[in-house]
Amino acid sequence: MIETRGLRKSFRSRAGRETKTVDAVRGVNLDVAEGEIFGFLGPNGAGKTTTLRMLATLIEPDGGEATIAGADLRKDPAEVRRRIGYVAQGGSTWDESTAREELVLHARLYGIGKAEAHRRAARALDAFQLSDYADRKCKTYSGGQRRRVEIALGIIHEPKIVFLDEPTTGLDPQSRAHMWDEIRRLRAEGMTVFITTHYLDEADALCDRIAIMDHGEVVAEGTPAELKREISGEVVIVGLDAPATPRAAELLDTEAYVNKLETVDEGGLRLYVDEGATAIPQVLRRLDGAGLDLRSIELHRPSLDDVFLTKTGRSLRES
Amino acid sequence: MKFARDTWLIFQRQFQLLLRNPVWLFVGVFQPVMYLLLFAPLLKAALNAPTQAAAYKIFVPGLLVLLAIFGGLFQGFGLIAELRAGVIERSRVTPVSRLALLLGRSLRDVVSLIAQAIIITLLALLFDLRVFIGYLLLAYLMLALIALMTSAVSYGVALKVKSEDALAPLMNTVAQPVLLLSGILLPLALAPGWLQGIANWNPFSWAVDGVRALFAGDLSNDKVWQGLTIIAVLAVAGVVWAARQFARSVR
Repeated sequence: MIETRGLRKSFRSRAGRETKTVDAVRGVNLDVAEGEIFGFLGPNGAGKTTTLRMLATLIEPDGGEATIAGADLRKDPAEVRRRIGYVAQGGSTWDESTAREELVLHARLYGIGKAEAHRRAARALDAFQLSDYADRKCKTYSGGQRRRVEIALGIIHEPKIVFLDEPTTGLDPQSRAHMWDEIRRLRAEGMTVFITTHYLDEADALCDRIAIMDHGEVVAEGTPAELKREISGEVVIVGLDAPATPRAAELLDTEAYVNKLETVDEGGLRLYVDEGATAIPQVLRRLDGAGLDLRSIELHRPSLDDVFLTKTGRSLRES
Repeated sequence: MKFARDTWLIFQRQFQLLLRNPVWLFVGVFQPVMYLLLFAPLLKAALNAPTQAAAYKIFVPGLLVLLAIFGGLFQGFGLIAELRAGVIERSRVTPVSRLALLLGRSLRDVVSLIAQAIIITLLALLFDLRVFIGYLLLAYLMLALIALMTSAVSYGVALKVKSEDALAPLMNTVAQPVLLLSGILLPLALAPGWLQGIANWNPFSWAVDGVRALFAGDLSNDKVWQGLTIIAVLAVAGVVWAARQFARSVR
């Protein structure tokens, strides 16, 4: 659905008299399959939005190629526009217009006839549970309602792909959960959804595949599970009293399923294993057999933040 | 065909929003009416006009051109609000014609200007101003072209500077000399030679002369077609330039 090769964009910025060139996006290769929710994850300023805006024909790339829904981004941006929907981060509705007016106009800008535009607007209002406020001005809407209008606008012409730039930023937890459901519904209808986010849990829970971007480059790509597995397997944290620790370490160090073993200062062990769920019973049996008292046992699965940490050397939460 | 349809869609929406908030009509007309009531009476004596009606024949055309220039130049503010709301970006991801995005808006400005001009003209009729309707329509054509040009330029500049804080001083700086050098308030016939020389380079001074000739019923005056031609060429140039900003603008 989306294929990019070496997509690049730099901006000139002026600081005093000096002009500096900032390479916002430095050669991005992406492959997005039909019907998946693809997440574009990275800290603010990583180049996510710039990449998205290039794919949505809003800014022209400096170099590279992209094919979007079968149309060539560089040679035929007009055709790309017909096939995609785009929902910007900062909103796109006008205070003084009503949701219905916005939807009808937007449909008509895609060349849809008047009667059909009204039909589609009514259908979209219904699908996004907006019918009750359809004829009220947008300025009276809540944040979540307004975001739903914007998503409805983005798909009113039934595009093959819809790009959503940080669709849940600024929403309260409940609206956020609603939005996830809406996005899954789009996928269920056969649409390919491309979202950017800087929420790890969002990428993890919502996306079929993700690409992690940092400093204008894609540093990792895969399903959330693949990426997490790739880094270090899982960690079993065994809580023990300090005196019992050396003996336990001795016993477990020779076990085949333990890749690496670390002693925790206050007593206890960290065991690096491939699969925690099968390692835990074996650990329990071994220690129990030796008559050692276990205080606690805990399984730590790597998060996308660990992935980000491994790939970039810093935590996404810090950046 | 697609272009005409796109332009109509944009115009329709903009006009609908304008009608929803009709304060603009009052605000737009208030200032010119004040000039008409409180400034024009001074002119009979200042211009040595034989009658008050004769003074109005000179002053009202200038006032209408003033309205067209200012009405157009400050339209960019509305566009900056639309930029900020994301409406422009939302339009730009659709296949809509970029020229239509501009022209739909500018035509709305032209229509609202003509509505204001009609009100002013009707009021002036109460003060015994008399103009032949055919000439009046030609004068309105000139006003429409001026408004088209100034609003297009204002939109283009708004897309470049993207902030009200930059747009306001910029437009004021442009508008003031243009105003003074166009003989809007007093005819430049009263001005010393050097001032007339500079004013000759101001296209709006040609427009004002043209509209005055039309109000005086002097269709054979060369200023009429010269003014119309100059303004028409500039209007086309302004529209083309501004439409390009719509195609190019970021955010």
